[in-house]
Amino acid sequence: MDSSTGIPVDVLPAGEEAVLVEVADLDDVLALDAALRSVAAEGTGPWSAVTDLVPGARSLLVIAGPRADLAALSRSVREVAAAADRSPEQGGSGAAVVEIPVRYDGPDLGDVAALTGLTVADVVAAHTQLPWRVAFGGFAPGFAYLVGGDPRLRVPRRDTPRVSVPGGSVALAGDFSAVYPRTSPGGWQLIGTSDAVLWDVERQPPALLTPGTAVRFVDVGGDS
Amino acid sequence: MSPALEVVSTGALVLVEDEGRPGHAAVGVGRSGAADRGAYRLGARIVGHGEGRAALEVLLGGLAVRALGRATVVVTGAPAPTSLDGRPVAHATLVDVPPGSTLALGMPATGLRSYLTVRGGIDVDPVLGSRSTDSLSLVGPAPPRSGDVLPVGAPGGGFPTVDHVALPPPGHEGISLLEVLPGPRAAWVGGWGGGLGGLVGAVWTVTGDSDRVGLRLGGARVERAEAWADVELPSEGLVRGAVQVPPGGEPVVFLADHPVTGGYPVVAVLTASAADRAAQLRPGDAVRLVPVT
Repeated sequence: MDSSTGIPVDVLPAGEEAVLVEVADLDDVLALDAALRSVAAEGTGPWSAVTDLVPGARSLLVIAGPRADLAALSRSVREVAAAADRSPEQGGSGAAVVEIPVRYDGPDLGDVAALTGLTVADVVAAHTQLPWRVAFGGFAPGFAYLVGGDPRLRVPRRDTPRVSVPGGSVALAGDFSAVYPRTSPGGWQLIGTSDAVLWDVERQPPALLTPGTAVRFVDVGGDS
Repeated sequence: MSPALEVVSTGALVLVEDEGRPGHAAVGVGRSGAADRGAYRLGARIVGHGEGRAALEVLLGGLAVRALGRATVVVTGAPAPTSLDGRPVAHATLVDVPPGSTLALGMPATGLRSYLTVRGGIDVDPVLGSRSTDSLSLVGPAPPRSGDVLPVGAPGGGFPTVDHVALPPPGHEGISLLEVLPGPRAAWVGGWGGGLGGLVGAVWTVTGDSDRVGLRLGGARVERAEAWADVELPSEGLVRGAVQVPPGGEPVVFLADHPVTGGYPVVAVLTASAADRAAQLRPGDAVRLVPVT
């Protein structure tokens, strides 16, 4: 399949100050996010008003200020998308990989093993051996939805969400893995604990994991 | 020397708010900022201190502050009856507060959020470039409490040019009208031309489950179009003013502290001005959404 014929997009209305750009899949989100981010950083023409690019699972929201020229912005988005490289391996060799140390001691490790038909040791191996990539944020400051990884680790959310998931919990749900930046309610399967600081407003940038970042989990032992 | 404000009492909720902190939505922190940006900006214009300085957003009155040093202030937004050492002062009117005097805001007859703007701005430490408190992401300064002394910044180059602005008060008897534009998922409820599944036309009631994150509307239901009845929406970015329709059909109108992404279709988006007015609606108020194009 041709991998560099541009990214098909559908530009949808989202009020006076934004447009929503819909694409086919997450790989296109990541490729378009990288392309639009560099255009936004230059900040010329309609991009001077743009404050935020918000990736979603199949879309990118482009937020601009109150006097933005949304028609010009939409045209520019289509042009950038048409010229963009569709290759999904943006975060591959050469890009920095953030390593996250994990103690695989989560309360749901046994359930995940049962759900996947793997042993606990296999679950840990599957979670650590393949790299993940930040798809998008949301839910809480510094929370990153990680994709890629080992497809055998797809598990449903828990039937009953926990009222309180401790900060640092390493979790799985659906196509995603994540680390809870702080204590919050949550329904994901908890497989481990990390001391990595996902969010620190005193740090620049405050979020450890931003869209497009490659991530590898590292087993540091200490299971209970 | 710049004055300061000593907090004597707070009512239900007082927050420090400014224009917000754009630029962090991709990592889970929304813009936040004053819920009624128009009222906040009017306050900044009347005291003549330019853009971006922080004011106090006061929910349903109850705030009293004592001036340490001489302060120049104005109250905008919900018309809270305001007094200076017990004597009434007018709304949206520049007030000189002598050292030691106390300014107190009572319960507004209409609207929800008043803005107390002090010339020079509330000069607490910014977080990620803004002094706004985001009630959802919990980023920003802690809410002021009784006994706190709030520093006031140096006013900068501008000066007040008007003493008073005459305005219709926000919120009113009867049905409030909020203008909406098409949202990205209008088709999921039958499309813009089809009345958005009953969203447009119905008289909605603001429920008690409403805050700076959003208004929940009740009293009717938005129907999904048949073709989209069982489709799940992959999580996507949200804007202030987004009108989202969860499976139950009771819409949510997102305000300043909205989540950065959501998993239900956004079928319409309020205009910026309507989003300001939505932030002044009280539980029990009746609203109608009016399409504009």
